[in-house]
Amino acid sequence: MTSVPLQYYLLLSAILFTIGVIGVLTRRNAIIVFMCIELMLNSVNLTLVAFSAFLGDSTGQILVFFVMAVAAAESAVGLAIVIALFRNKQTVNIDEINILKW
Amino acid sequence: MTFETILFFFVAISAIASALMMITRPNPVKGVLFLIVNFFCLAVLYLILQAQFIAIIQILVYAGAIMVLFLFVIMLLNLEDEAMLTDKKNYKTYIAVALAGGVLIELVASLGLVTNRMTSTISPEMSRLGTVESIGSVLFKDYLLPFEITSMLLLAALVGVIVLAKKKFH
Repeated sequence: MTSVPLQYYLLLSAILFTIGVIGVLTRRNAIIVFMCIELMLNSVNLTLVAFSAFLGDSTGQILVFFVMAVAAAESAVGLAIVIALFRNKQTVNIDEINILKW
Repeated sequence: MTFETILFFFVAISAIASALMMITRPNPVKGVLFLIVNFFCLAVLYLILQAQFIAIIQILVYAGAIMVLFLFVIMLLNLEDEAMLTDKKNYKTYIAVALAGGVLIELVASLGLVTNRMTSTISPEMSRLGTVESIGSVLFKDYLLPFEITSMLLLAALVGVIVLAKKKFH
């Protein structure tokens, strides 16, 4: 039985990760930056599942499960921070949220 | 070309296209919708890789719960001045894209190093390992402590979200 080689999955994962990096670095809307972080987490999940499948070991899938739990917690806390920021500054533009930068 | 190969290329190209659309749309609601398309593509890839449990929680947790949370927040904030957030293209954008291209080159260069020892096909026992029964058994036998710690993490996140999003802190 022939199947798609592991390298193709890893290459797709690398491309998706890079798109996520470009989004984080170029977009100014804080919510879209969060979405790009989710995209990067998902591309790493694809790597883990691909290695898990090709090695015949389910540990990678367990790790994906934990990554998803952490991503759920992270996005909930991040969006709460965005709401608190919007309430204080009336913007989600990350260029204007510079109070930590001196 | 087997059916699996054709399906892989179709899904991979739609995943890349939806990711590109997601980072280029000015409207965040459209971005969320394209990201959901991307998550469905990844769920199909997980099914090709025989990881049924991961595929179903990808749709349930990511597309179902997390992205709905994003949509809620976008609609709650009611961002009126969309034009203010549109991105100015300046030299920093090109530097960022060039740096990200460097990351891609590094990742692709590392592909050849690690994959020589891998088998070329999906392991035959994967159809047994990817089921909910098998994952649940491993999760509750070998990874019980991390699983319980995850519940503490979610509880801490829940309390933190309520404290952060409340109107008054006292």
